[in-house]
Amino acid sequence: MSEEKAGNGHRPGRAGSRLSQELVGVVGLEIHAQIHASTKLFSGSQVRFSSPPNSLVSFFDASLPGTLPVLNRRCVEAAVMTGLALNCTINKKSLFDRKHYFYADLPAGYQITQQRLPVAVDGRLSYGVLVDGSQNHVLERSVRIKQIQLEQDSGKSLRDGHRSQTLIDLNRAGIGLMELVMEPDMCCGEEAAAAVRELQLILQALGTCQGNMSEGQLRVDANVSVHRPGEPLGVRTEVKNINSARFLARAIDYELQRQMAVVESGGTVVNETRAFDFKSGQTIPMRDKEGLQDYRFMPEPNLPPLLLYDQQTAPMDADPTQVILIDQIQEQLPELPRVTRERLVKTYGILPEHSFTLVNEDDLVDYFVSVVQRTKAEPRKVIGWVLKDLLGQLKQRCLSTAQSPISPLALAELLDLLEAGRISSPAAKLVFQELWKGTGRSAEQIVEQQDLGVMRDHGEIERICQSVIDSHPEEVRAIRGGNRNVLNKLMGRVMKQTKGRADPLLVRTLLEEKTS
Amino acid sequence: MYCTLGRITSSLQCVALYLRPVRHRCGVYVGPHVVENRGGQNITRHRKKHTTSLSQSQTPHHHNPKVPQTPTWECVREDQLPLPTKVPPDLVDKLERLALLDFRNQDGVDCLEKAIRFADQLHVVNTDGVEPMASVLEDRTLYLRDDRIEEGDCAEQLLGLARNTLEGYYVAPPGNIPLPERDEREVLLKYSEM
Repeated sequence: MSEEKAGNGHRPGRAGSRLSQELVGVVGLEIHAQIHASTKLFSGSQVRFSSPPNSLVSFFDASLPGTLPVLNRRCVEAAVMTGLALNCTINKKSLFDRKHYFYADLPAGYQITQQRLPVAVDGRLSYGVLVDGSQNHVLERSVRIKQIQLEQDSGKSLRDGHRSQTLIDLNRAGIGLMELVMEPDMCCGEEAAAAVRELQLILQALGTCQGNMSEGQLRVDANVSVHRPGEPLGVRTEVKNINSARFLARAIDYELQRQMAVVESGGTVVNETRAFDFKSGQTIPMRDKEGLQDYRFMPEPNLPPLLLYDQQTAPMDADPTQVILIDQIQEQLPELPRVTRERLVKTYGILPEHSFTLVNEDDLVDYFVSVVQRTKAEPRKVIGWVLKDLLGQLKQRCLSTAQSPISPLALAELLDLLEAGRISSPAAKLVFQELWKGTGRSAEQIVEQQDLGVMRDHGEIERICQSVIDSHPEEVRAIRGGNRNVLNKLMGRVMKQTKGRADPLLVRTLLEEKTS
Repeated sequence: MYCTLGRITSSLQCVALYLRPVRHRCGVYVGPHVVENRGGQNITRHRKKHTTSLSQSQTPHHHNPKVPQTPTWECVREDQLPLPTKVPPDLVDKLERLALLDFRNQDGVDCLEKAIRFADQLHVVNTDGVEPMASVLEDRTLYLRDDRIEEGDCAEQLLGLARNTLEGYYVAPPGNIPLPERDEREVLLKYSEM
């Protein structure tokens, strides 16, 4: 039996009984997605980002006495759509409850939520983790969704450090949220980030949430713990204040490392809430004055149960605006990202990881399809140009696809020229750069004006090759001596002199002949 | 500000001590007669009688035959109830913080324990196979509103209600003001207007 590794912090009782196992991370996410609707969950005030403070607040949102909640139909439909897209069971009867706690941004002193019986349960989110490196393919993973519930958002509080007070803006109070609770099926920051990215794409495709983390439309809290496989789960901490998918992976990984260090040095992890500080990349304990909160859940007395129907079970004489049909919503679900990817791979023969990149970028799928439809070049060639050349330039300049200076049509024309053999591929890259400058000229015009057309004069090419060989006797000797790589240098010289217009294959053949 | 259980305390004390109502409108009826007494008219008449004369003299020809002449419920015996609940000081403290109540002294806690004892009578009812009811309106349809903007845009009115505002924001203390400890609280209350 192997002995304990030095400094590994094993408990004495386990000495020699089994091999020391690596600590693994366990990550569960709680996600609050702001429902994309015109009005709030229980009142008719507008939902809008960035408005004058307290201008989008009704009497109910301010919790003035005598006001009652009235449920927004759109919010229920959004929750049902999301539940169906995540393969959940939709509860035909769900209930509303009050969760009580005191804070200045919660004017009522309670939040209306669905604790006893939420609208959707038992779902599954499938996502892909891109494996970078030589393999470069996609691993399929999935995480179970425990439940999806409707609840109210709280207002916003701003710290005013100067005057030691808090400023409260209730514009956000009462906006509908879908809380998605995931089971702790993930093991690290990368998986969590990939899952959240996939969820963002699904919600955006459904239109139920715009998924913008920086605007607070999608908020993720991570529950993180470590343990050894086979042993019970460790003490977990909750990590909050994560404002982007990028920070999510970093925050979780930092917290996992921190906990592993604590456990391996013999300490115990404290059950607490920690905030992520993106500047330092660390998690910091939040002031925990309250201790364990007791929310005193009670049924919401002002709202009867929410009943959902199928086309078969719907009451005959019901008002259609008062009845929500689950199967009808199922039929009308838009195409989900995973289906889009499969469709792209099947229709255009591109690789799965390409389809991931395409779907990940806003509007890039439409761009790609536009180009394919307008050019004779094969989709497999188009994808290279779209993902490497176009996307590379966009990323470098922090532009979105919609802001691309090269339209799908322009790119299609360029690819047609290349396909017809009128220009060589190095020349095509030059034309691409010219097109990017956005001077309004088409690919053809650029080729003519800058004389980038393929050099047709065989004799001219041969003459240039000969002159390069004559002016580089050292290199020629090296090639004849067996060092074939030096040929590339000579090729580079020839290409430079011909401004990339010569056919690279022809140049190589000629040079090889002349140096043999 | 703390709310005391003042008025409710005294009436519950009366009720709790005897474990049956004393010529009082509220009480636990354990018996089949409860169904017959539900008619709205009967209750109104009963109320009227109660306010005009507290004494037992009721002229027979006014008396509704559906209302029994003497109380018909049976007292609930101690052995039918579960064990009495004791509320430890830590729990009292927690309740005070959660609900912002003040039990003031041991009498307040005793009153609470008696109130719980009174409510324990509900355990006598057999609820096997019966779904709990959260509200009498639970069989009504939940009204679904159209997603149309109809409210809001009344910042001036709302802010006008607050004592302290700043540039369109409500002003609040930097965090929840923690409740003072027990000893401090008693000192505070002595000198408060309550």
